[in-house]
This record gives sequence, structure tokens and C-alpha cells, in this order.
Amino acid sequence: MNRDLICIICPRGCMLHVEEQNGELCVSGNACPRGKQYAIDECTNPLRTITSIVRVSNREDTMVSVKTANPIPKGKIFDAMEKIRAVSVEAPVKIGDVILNDVFGADIVATKDVE
Amino acid sequence: MVQHDIVIIGGGPAGMAAAVAAYDNGVKDVVILDREEDLGGILRQCIHNGFGLHKLGQELTGPEYAAVYKEKVKERGIKVFYESTVTAVSPDKIVTARNREGILKIQAKAVILAMGCRERSRGALNTPGTRPAGVYSAGTAQKLMNCEGYMVGKKVVILGSGDIGLIMARRMSLEGAKVEAVCEILPYSGGLNRNIVQCLEDYGIPLYLNTTVAEIHGTKRVEGVTIAQVDANRNIIEETKRYIDCDTLLLSVGLIPENELTREAGIAISPVTSGALVDENCQTSIEGIFACGNVLQVHDLVDYVSDEAERAGIGAVSYVLGENKGSISVATKAGKGVRYVLPQTVHTDSGKDTALFLRVTEPFGKVRFTVTSGDEILATAQRLKAAPGEMEKLIIPAEKLARVKEEIVVTLDELN
Ligand SMILES: Cc1cc2nc3c(=O)[nH]c(=O)nc-3n(C[C@H](O)[C@H](O)[C@H](O)COP(=O)(O)OP(=O)(O)OC[C@H]3O[C@@H](n4cnc5c(N)ncnc54)[C@H](O)[C@@H]3O)c2cc1C
Ligand code: SF4
Repeated sequence: MNRDLICIICPRGCMLHVEEQNGELCVSGNACPRGKQYAIDECTNPLRTITSIVRVSNREDTMVSVKTANPIPKGKIFDAMEKIRAVSVEAPVKIGDVILNDVFGADIVATKDVE
Repeated sequence: MVQHDIVIIGGGPAGMAAAVAAYDNGVKDVVILDREEDLGGILRQCIHNGFGLHKLGQELTGPEYAAVYKEKVKERGIKVFYESTVTAVSPDKIVTARNREGILKIQAKAVILAMGCRERSRGALNTPGTRPAGVYSAGTAQKLMNCEGYMVGKKVVILGSGDIGLIMARRMSLEGAKVEAVCEILPYSGGLNRNIVQCLEDYGIPLYLNTTVAEIHGTKRVEGVTIAQVDANRNIIEETKRYIDCDTLLLSVGLIPENELTREAGIAISPVTSGALVDENCQTSIEGIFACGNVLQVHDLVDYVSDEAERAGIGAVSYVLGENKGSISVATKAGKGVRYVLPQTVHTDSGKDTALFLRVTEPFGKVRFTVTSGDEILATAQRLKAAPGEMEKLIIPAEKLARVKEEIVVTLDELN
């Protein structure tokens, strides 16, 4: 492993360099320890929250916005999107309502009320 | 004519926070007018997360952030006039609006302007070529996709790398479109690092700096664009022209405060921020008329919009109740390295610590900001990095402010 990445934890945006040495990840370029942790997480198990929309079947031209209740593995983003695209919901919907259970370790929840 | 103590124009995050702050600080007769059928403003279409980290201590999506404030407005029973477009504000604070029932005229004691901003359109850009369908401003595309579920295109080029452009690059990719490129005419992106990483790098979308769209091709629908690098004077370098096949061009080329009403009221506008000139309570050049949020200065973080709106709300309450907020004022000025400072005037005898907000002219490494008045240094602050995309806040302590007699200047020095 030999990777360059920008730290996004704070606005300083350090340029981080990650190298594997004797089976361990060595991080350089970080001005603080949080940068090191970020680099290791990004290289071993990057996670992302995804947000999208789901059609409301009983309301004309109405979408409800949704998100993964917690971050999911970055590599599963498109698989998760496929599952989200395949569903629709019926109004009323409340913020926090679960629209889909356990999509790669996260529930898909509504982020908007639809009456 | 109906009368209300405080009339707020615009029910986005700024208008809602101003209304709540005004109510909580002692003026209950507060009303909000919005041209849409719901509160929330731009947040209604910003379905991504990243809102509220500073203000609410949690990471919310736009609609969730809006819902927090909608609930506060509702709890307090603040009256909202929906689908009511304000067409005029007079210097003596008569607000005229048009809605389904006809014309509504309100005599206000204080008015808070919170109309937000709009996107620069293609007209402002001067891109040569045809005018085919498939050219959208990024915000319009965001609204079509996120509110109406309408997919705007399959092969996309985005001009402008501010946060809205970056967010849309990811959004379109998630929905299965191929984003061919994001072009930025400047040598740097105005967007947050976080968005460059999570919206472009995650999806393998190239960002071309010093690059613009030189030509748009296609007669009925966009068929492609010619992109090209620009020199230091932003002139196109002919040899670098390159054709990219696409059916959609999104423009994310900047926001302009929506100040037609403000201008018509005769309120003085800053040529730099394109928003009203204000004091530390967000009061404009007309007493009793306040401005906050994107109509005052284009913000990148909604959290700061809410803070600013609270100051405007409290300022309006003081005005309505006839409280003294100070009578001696001095001007502020942007010195070396600083593009603008807001507020443009500050009361020196308010007895309060006073915050200055500013933006720098270009990206810098390590810098020190110095706030001076004559020979006296009022405040200093160091930053490891400064970028035009990030608003800075500096605080002048009340006791130092009280001694100020001359213009307050903020300058930036680069440190090594
Ligand atoms: C496309 C876009 C995307 C953005 N994405 C982000 C983001 O990801 N994260 C972030 O922190 N910030 C983002 N922002 C910044 C965002 O604009 C601010 O954080 C915030 O929404 C500004 O709030 P506001 O209340 O000042 O304006 P707005 O949200 O624009 O609200 C203005 C309100 O005034 C109403 N109005 C205007 N004129 C009239 C009139 N004449 N009569 C009646 N009503 C009127 C409008 O209908 C609207 O409801 C984005 C901005 C835009 C334009
Ligand atoms: S490494 Fe530390 S200082 Fe550098 S960007 Fe990351 S969090 Fe900020």
C-alpha cells in the first residue's frame, strides 16, 4: 500500500501519505493524531453516509428524502443505491421512519415529513 | 392595512432563526412571508448531510435541519404566510405581498430581509455556442432531481467546483449518470476538501483547474462541450481545446444575493458582497430594516446563517422596544489580503464584544489577521490555512472597542 490522501477532519486539509511497512500502516504528513486515525480508517475500512430520494406512491410527483442511519462501507454504495431505487413508500411519512431495514448494516430512514 | 411588529421576508433557515430569536427575546407579534408552500428555503432541496455540526452538534441533512427550525416556529405559533411573494418594501416599512387572496399590505415596526440568494445564470457567463436544452444551473438540477425525482441527464460536465457543483457531481453519479469532468476556471476549488474527497475522488471524477467550457455544442439538446485551459488573464489557450461528449452541462458559477427588493427600498448595497451594508446588529442603512443570511452575504455553512439571523432577530427586537444599541459608530475596512469585512459599521459604545466576519482574497498558508484602529491593535488571530471558501470570524473585546475613534481595518499577513 502506498497512498496519498487529503485529511478532511479539519479545515487545515493536511496532505497525508500512507505506506505499508512490515505489515503496518505508516502515516506521514499529518499535523495531529486525528489525521493518522483518519488515514488508517480510510485505508482499511472507509465508510460513507449516503442520501437519496424515494418516490411517494400515493402522492403525485412527490419524493421523500432518505439517508443511511449510519455510514456504510464505501464499496457498497452502488449496491445500496440499487436497493433504495427499488422501493417506494406511502404517505404519511415522518422524519426517522425506517423505509428499508439493514442495507449493508444500516437502516434507510426518511429525512423529511410527508403528510 | 394590517399591522405587525416584526415582518420577516423569506422563510429559509435565516428567516426561521430570526423569527424564533425575535419571539424568544420579547416581541411575540412576528410574521414570516414566503413565496413557497413550505418553510426551509434552499435546504428543502439539499438532501445531503453535513448541516448543523456547529450549531446543533449533529450532522443532519438539509431537510432535517430545516425541520428543527420549522418545529420551533410552529411551537411558538409564529404566523407564516405561505405562497406570498413580497413585491415591495417601503422605507417606512410597509411590506406589500401578492398571494392567492390578492394583495396583502402590512405595516411593520421592523422588517427583516431574509430572501436568500439565486444562482448566476448562463447569461452572466458569456459562453459562446448554441442554446440547446440540457444546460441547467446546478441548483435547478438539484431541485428537479431531489424534489421532483426528475433525472436531468446521463452524461454530464459540470462547470464550477464550489460545493454545490461538487455535491451535484456525486448526486448525479449515485443516480447512475456519468460525470465526465468538473471544470474550474480558478487555480483552486472553492469547495470544501471534504466534498472534493467524498464527491469527486470517491467516484473517480476528474477536476480540471484553470479550465473552462469554451463552447457548447448541439442544436436541440446538448451533444457535447469544448473545454479549454485558461491563462493567468483567464483567456482561453487555443491549443488546449478538447471536446467532451455529454448530454448535460451543469453551471455552478456562483450565487448572488437576491436584493431587488432591498435596492428598490433605497437601502445601500455593498458592491463587494452584493448585500446590504449593515452594522453589528444586521441593521441596514434604513433604521428598523435588517438583513441576514444569504441575502446579506453568501454563506457556505447554514450554521452561520442561523447565528447571523439570531443577531438580526435580536437587533429588530431592540429596535421595536426602543432599546439603545449604541450611538457612536465607525466604519470597518478590508485591508491587505481581505476581500470584505462585515459588518461595515460597528457601534463602539454598545458595551458588547463584537464579531467581524470576513473572507480572504485567495488561498493562503499560515496567516495572521490583525484588527487595528489607528495605532491600536484590537484583535489578532492566527490560522494554519485561510481560503476564500471559509468565512473567518474575529472578535473585538468591548473594552477595546470603547476606545476606538477611527476606522477599523483588518489585514492579513502571511507567516512561514
Ligand atoms: C443550491 C444551493 C445549495 C447549497 N448547499 C449547501 C450545503 O450543502 N450546505 C450548507 O451548509 N449550505 C448550503 N448552501 C448554502 C445555503 O444557501 C445556506 O446555508 C442557507 O440555505 C441560506 O439560508 P437563507 O435563509 O439565507 O436563504 P434561502 O434558504 O435561500 O431562503 C430564502 C427564502 O426566501 C424566500 N423568498 C425569496 N424572495 C422572496 C420574496 N420576494 N417574497 C417571499 N419570499 C421570498 C424563498 O422562497 C426562500 O424560502 C447552498 C445554497 C444553494 C443556493
Ligand atoms: S491531520 Fe490533523 S490538522 Fe491536519 S487536517 Fe487532519 S485533523 Fe486537521
